[in-house]
Amino acid sequence: MLTKKEEIHLLKKLGRKPNPLEIDMIDAEWSEHCSYKSSKKFVRSLPSRGKRVIVGPGYDAGVLDIGDEDVITVHIESHNHPSAVEPYGGAATGVGGVIRDIISMGTRPIALLDALRFSSLFEESKASKSKWLFKNVVNGIADYGNCIGIPTVGGDIEFDNSFKDYCLVDVAAIGLGKRNQIISNHAEYDDLVILAGNPTGKDGIRGASFASKLLDDEEDRSAVQIPDPFLEKLLIEATIEASDSKCINAMKDLGGGGLSCCLSELSDLVDRGIEVELSAVHTKIPDLSPNEIMISESQERMVYIISKEKLSKFDDIFNKYGITYSIIGKVNGNDNLKILHRGKPIANISCNLMVNAPPADRKSKKPKYLKSPNKKSLHHKVDNYSKTLLRVLSNPTVGNKNWIFQQYDHEVGLRTVIKPGANGSVIRVNDNKFVSIKLDGNSKHCYLDPYHGTLGCLSEACRNVISTGAEPIGIIDHLQFGSPENPQIYWTFMKSIDAIIDFCKFMRIPVVGGKVSFYNETMNSPIKPSPVIGTIGLIRDRRHITSNVANLGDTLFIIGQTKDELGGSEYFHATSRPEYGKVPKVDLEIDKKNGLAVLALIHKGLINFAHDCSKGGIGIALAELAISSNLGIDIDLERIPSNCKRHDHLLYSESHSRFIIGTNQADKVKRILKSRKCVFSEIGKVDGTKTLNLRDSGEQIIELTVSDLDKAYNTMSKIMDGA
Amino acid sequence: MKAGIVVFPGSNCDRDVHHILNDVIGINAQYVWHTEKMIDDYDALILPGGFSYGDRLRAGVIAAKSPIVDAIMKKADEGLPILGICNGFQILVEAGLLPGALIRNDKLKFSCKWLEMEVLNVKTPFTNLFRLNDEIKIPIAHGEGRYVIDDDKLNELHQNNQIVFKYKDQNPNGSTEMIAAVCNRRGNVMGLMPHPERASESILSPDKTNSNAGLIFLSLKNFLTPYIKK
Repeated sequence: MLTKKEEIHLLKKLGRKPNPLEIDMIDAEWSEHCSYKSSKKFVRSLPSRGKRVIVGPGYDAGVLDIGDEDVITVHIESHNHPSAVEPYGGAATGVGGVIRDIISMGTRPIALLDALRFSSLFEESKASKSKWLFKNVVNGIADYGNCIGIPTVGGDIEFDNSFKDYCLVDVAAIGLGKRNQIISNHAEYDDLVILAGNPTGKDGIRGASFASKLLDDEEDRSAVQIPDPFLEKLLIEATIEASDSKCINAMKDLGGGGLSCCLSELSDLVDRGIEVELSAVHTKIPDLSPNEIMISESQERMVYIISKEKLSKFDDIFNKYGITYSIIGKVNGNDNLKILHRGKPIANISCNLMVNAPPADRKSKKPKYLKSPNKKSLHHKVDNYSKTLLRVLSNPTVGNKNWIFQQYDHEVGLRTVIKPGANGSVIRVNDNKFVSIKLDGNSKHCYLDPYHGTLGCLSEACRNVISTGAEPIGIIDHLQFGSPENPQIYWTFMKSIDAIIDFCKFMRIPVVGGKVSFYNETMNSPIKPSPVIGTIGLIRDRRHITSNVANLGDTLFIIGQTKDELGGSEYFHATSRPEYGKVPKVDLEIDKKNGLAVLALIHKGLINFAHDCSKGGIGIALAELAISSNLGIDIDLERIPSNCKRHDHLLYSESHSRFIIGTNQADKVKRILKSRKCVFSEIGKVDGTKTLNLRDSGEQIIELTVSDLDKAYNTMSKIMDGA
Repeated sequence: MKAGIVVFPGSNCDRDVHHILNDVIGINAQYVWHTEKMIDDYDALILPGGFSYGDRLRAGVIAAKSPIVDAIMKKADEGLPILGICNGFQILVEAGLLPGALIRNDKLKFSCKWLEMEVLNVKTPFTNLFRLNDEIKIPIAHGEGRYVIDDDKLNELHQNNQIVFKYKDQNPNGSTEMIAAVCNRRGNVMGLMPHPERASESILSPDKTNSNAGLIFLSLKNFLTPYIKK
């Protein structure tokens, strides 16, 4: 619903009273979901320029130049509200939406990733929905992505009870094309406006407005759209074929706000007016009202603007794929979106007015919970370090995610070089050019310190990409918060934005795409601040591709300092400590230095593997190394550069800017790290014992076999399949 | 030597097979749209994986009624090598060109992972370069890949040496006797659930070593080479 202030603004600009259809159209377009009215002025201040940036953040996907006329397109979106009430359909249509953003640029989608958030799988009561949501979200993503033949190559998952009865489903997609294939989005007077794909129906009516308020009950299922991946696959092929045949002047997918938002944004993109006749729209049922046609969010639909001369070619292609389309109107000379129904004008609004919602002034105030720190003691007696490690390892947030990734076809397309579940995922562009990508988030850190928490997500996503041998070239962000009308939540949002600006400016990595999603609240509570960061990296030599698997005999090094920073750590979470404490801080100078040092070692061919050290700290990173390599790891903890006074803090601190690397050229590695003035240390060896051995000057701290570790590591599949 | 890759609406491994045959194996391969009725130009046909018609009703059942399938049946009778991979296997079974049926995986979940299979028949156009009991690293990716067949027909499969590949060590989907691939009696039509095109380049394997799965396509090339010379 429009606010009083918005109604006045509309009345003033329009110079007359809007009719009910116009109000519906404006309501959808000015919803938080479509208009970014609470965030636009901050999002615009993100550093988005760079030598590789061809198209920055905007309506659809960002475009990055990766050399030799190759471009990649990248975009991220969420489908949180729909997934929380109808997880299968909500998640599936989330995939569909982001894919259409990639094809709208004229590029072929080549990979998907998703970042998911649920409450704990260790359910407190039978009434808890977490397992049901998780299972069906994964199934929805799998059924959709697998059917359209786009590999889901990775992602991120976190379980935290601030997502009780709710979930976050973020989907990122990458497209690949040639620079000259990017759709320029232009239009001439009298060009045809074509709506193709799914017939318009009553599904998803007012979805955008639904996503712009708190989730209060489950009676909103009709606001969730119905997925049809088969039709999406046909739309992908037909759109690419039509685009390659130069049939398309401009195009845009239909997402939140349906035809109404699509047409106004498209009109804004091509800087021309559009006139459409609603009775020409093909519909699922007869007698849909004009309002319903305008704001229905039926999925798998695209609008194309084509020249009249191209119609017969367009018709050939869409008939070949059996896709229904309607010519619904034409481009006109002015700036207005004019809607007719059976010849009668029923709405006529300036597109400029539609796409520029009056900004909402939000107040911000430091949250109370950050002002009165919890004074409870954090000391905790550890009787058995091995048992504690197994406990942290059995938390599904840090454990094995194969239960998820094996349900996704992550191989289709013959591009997946580094498979999901390692550091970043590596996608082949050609045999000497690869793209690496990773999504990361950390709601627990961001809750306790939204600024340093967000910096940490950025640092972690970059480290993951660097660990594969790639240079970070672009960032995407998805900022998810509760209601912006709550000043304490809005404060956390602004801190998050500050962190992205500071990080990207310092590292000179542009933000190429992003989304903001507010109102992520149920009747219980708002979610913790949950920015999700994606880093895209480029590998220009196949020899630089680096795995996370150690070789027998490798000498192990740690790069970076371990500090006593356990606030919001997985260790505190696993041992039920209060949400309190110092969150890891990122020193940008050191972060950059360590990242560049690891890349230099990789480029010189000196290291066999690199592993990012983050959630769960050194303890988990070493356990993962032993498991993925199926080898023994022998470490002297005393050698780790650290200011921690306790073994448990040393093992589980989540300090940033740290890497664990393995080499058979230890002397050369030392020389380079010394010359780059990195904090580092040789900490141990990889051996054939198949045991994780952590010692402190002779005293055995942890001794666990790979099979014991593996058992704890696979908790997720145990919970979900009972196997 | 020319191979046709039969593309149905919803096929999604067509481009992958095209790349492997043309760029890696060295067989000239072209796409053939499912409405074609004349397919005399091809020395072999490949039905790639994917979700033809979105797997509606049952995987492969709608594609099996496509216009091109009559022509494929005729070519099968004439002895042309025909390979169905994953969804292509499902289509060949639904068309009646191969015995048995493919139903939902026993765990009722889609499963994508690398595993090993073993060669049991080296006398087909797709296996002539293997030795008996060779082991092959290869990925699967399917939700309806559980091969089932009744006992009488299973006996026939054994008698006629129609079981071409079996999974090794683990049964990923509950298939009868861990069957991964079968052929017709003559041996010229084969269907297999795993994806050899995904294991034909070392860079795509998890440990970056060479898998011998590419021998499936090289066997076809080998088979076609003398055939062309005649």
